Amino acid sequence: MLKIKDLHANIDGKEILRGINLEVNPGEIHAIMGPNGSGKSTLSSVLAGNDKFEVTKGKVEFNGVDLLEMAAEERSREGIFLSFQYPVEIPGVSMVNFMRTAVNAHRAHRGEDPISASDFLRLMREKKNLVELDSKLANRAVNEGFSGGEKKRNEIFQMAMLEPKLSILDETDSGLDIDALRIVANGVNKLKTPENASIVITHYQRLLDYIVPDFVHVLYKGRIIKTAGKELALELEEKGYDWIIK
Amino acid sequence: MKESEDKILDNFTSKEYEYGFVTDIETEILDKGLNEDVIRFISAKKKEPEWMLEFRLKAYRHWLTLKMPEWSHLDIPEIDYQGISYYAAPKKDEDRPQSLDEVDPELLKTFDKLGIPLEEQMALSGIAVDAVMDSVSVKTTFQDTLAEMGVIFCSFSEAVQEHPDLIKKYMGSVVNYRDNFFAALNSAVFSDGSFCYIPKGVRCPMELSTYFRINAANTGQFERTLIVADDDSYVSYLEGCTAPQRDESQLHAAIVEIVAMDNAEVKYSTVQNWYPGDKDGKGGVYNFVTKRGLCRGNSSKISWTQVETGSAITWKYPSTILRGDNSQSEFYSVALTNNYQQADTGSKMIHIGKNTKSTIISKGISAGKSQNSYRGLVKVDKRAANARNFSQCDSLLLGDKCGAHTFPYLDVKNDSAIVEHEATTSKISEDQIFYCNQRGIDTEGAIGLIVNGYAREVLDKLPMEFAVEAQKLLQISLEGSVG
Repeated sequence: MLKIKDLHANIDGKEILRGINLEVNPGEIHAIMGPNGSGKSTLSSVLAGNDKFEVTKGKVEFNGVDLLEMAAEERSREGIFLSFQYPVEIPGVSMVNFMRTAVNAHRAHRGEDPISASDFLRLMREKKNLVELDSKLANRAVNEGFSGGEKKRNEIFQMAMLEPKLSILDETDSGLDIDALRIVANGVNKLKTPENASIVITHYQRLLDYIVPDFVHVLYKGRIIKTAGKELALELEEKGYDWIIK
Repeated sequence: MKESEDKILDNFTSKEYEYGFVTDIETEILDKGLNEDVIRFISAKKKEPEWMLEFRLKAYRHWLTLKMPEWSHLDIPEIDYQGISYYAAPKKDEDRPQSLDEVDPELLKTFDKLGIPLEEQMALSGIAVDAVMDSVSVKTTFQDTLAEMGVIFCSFSEAVQEHPDLIKKYMGSVVNYRDNFFAALNSAVFSDGSFCYIPKGVRCPMELSTYFRINAANTGQFERTLIVADDDSYVSYLEGCTAPQRDESQLHAAIVEIVAMDNAEVKYSTVQNWYPGDKDGKGGVYNFVTKRGLCRGNSSKISWTQVETGSAITWKYPSTILRGDNSQSEFYSVALTNNYQQADTGSKMIHIGKNTKSTIISKGISAGKSQNSYRGLVKVDKRAANARNFSQCDSLLLGDKCGAHTFPYLDVKNDSAIVEHEATTSKISEDQIFYCNQRGIDTEGAIGLIVNGYAREVLDKLPMEFAVEAQKLLQISLEGSVG
């Protein structure tokens, strides 16, 4: 599904990613861990197409097409979803209006007609329940006045609405209490199918108690320096990163 | 980051004005120029009584003593008042259409293109329309339905003939012809407009609407609107404006007067989309408008809502004089400027009565090389005990070549008054756009969403049909913003 080869990227002339290699297949969950400043969030931003970052070298293929050639909105319509670490507020724009615009953009991309109002509201209701999102939140402006936990749940709600092929969860667990963490993780697990895949970026092992990865990668100074199974996360929790970095 | 912002900015200019068609109907135009004979001609053409001609001539003689005001934050090219024709009417003035079948089909097509079909669709949406094209009022729908309730809604010319007492009593009672340069000019040469009277205790059952369109070249449009809401009455009034695309600038100087008696409420909504000029600033309508309401009775209320996206130059301050005790007024405004458009707009709230209350919410959006100014006055008279005002003016900037300015004036003479003013200036952030992009929404759509969200508070105040139109208009004005 996703093939990253020797990916290098800069921000403001400073090199953050220094040769990432990663392959993600349908049905897989990959966890990316690493100390602060190792490039985890940069990797998610680059994959989602944020043009603050400049790709200087390397290739990214997504289902056989060159991902780096696509604008951010095209990547989304092709099935890449980023759950933001810090979701922004868009004052005055209701979640309903925002989501409907997004869903219709995806539908237009697939050559489908815009969704009817009643179908859309039904879809909203169904997906809201999945992440136990309060109905009132869906009627408010995008992320405006949401608590940290509400924002993260809202991200997973949007993921449910858009049914991506590849979802990238950027520190989705940060700032969540244990209940919110469980709700978010349950949502992610319910959305998992043999056809889609996830990249879970996290600092802490605890999220991986709920979302069980097939692979754990350690990112350090812009490179993946170790890859193993889910047991690696537990080892990192216990021993820290020093023994790998050396 | 910078690069994409510049790209947005550059592409901002590529959108064509959608309403820039010219309707090919026979028009009767008076020769250019302004003198007493022209005024006599207009008055005769409209078969006006002597008192009306006297009013016009007094205004004209006063106008001759005035100079164009220069205090605004606008760069106004010199206007040759002798180079304008002061009267243009679609022909057949003698036998004005009596029913829709008699209306020039070309004219009907124009209204179709504007999206305001006169009959069934309006019936469905429950709006009575008076369409003013160039200088005369073309057709007023629903007159009969309204007449049953005692509501008068007709063209200004008709009102002069049919309801001279009301006109004599109220015309100029809120905006005196001596008020300002453009008010004097309008009072001298106004050609038509709308008149509306809501009798005591009547809640007008439908939205009343006027659609203004300038069609002929080199003409000015000078209409006046007078709305009188008697005790305990209610009316919601809508005004829409468009003009064809022309290289020369067209002049529009209107007067709107509203009188609200005891316990009466008037909602006045405007969607102004005059031709803004092309992307190099050529052509466009000069829009100099004096709009003022008088809360004459106790507990009366006047609300102004405006969405301004058109005109090369806008000079407009819908205001309310809160004379009655416990009277209230609101001003909700969105003004969008793009390319070389200039807007100097805002409101005045004059508190005279006790316990009077006013709210000003102004949202400016500047793009391209445009200049957008908010100018507002809150005046509290020494008699106005417990007066309250809240003003909020927000500016949203798109790009770094445009300007947003705020000129709030306060004049408070009563110690018990509470006056609050808040102002913010913001830019659309790259993070917001990227967030939308990541959900599959392109940048143009994202800007449209964000701008509409920013203007939400004001759009929500518009009647439903207008809100949809206004929302589209904001989006259209931003279309083509990304290549």
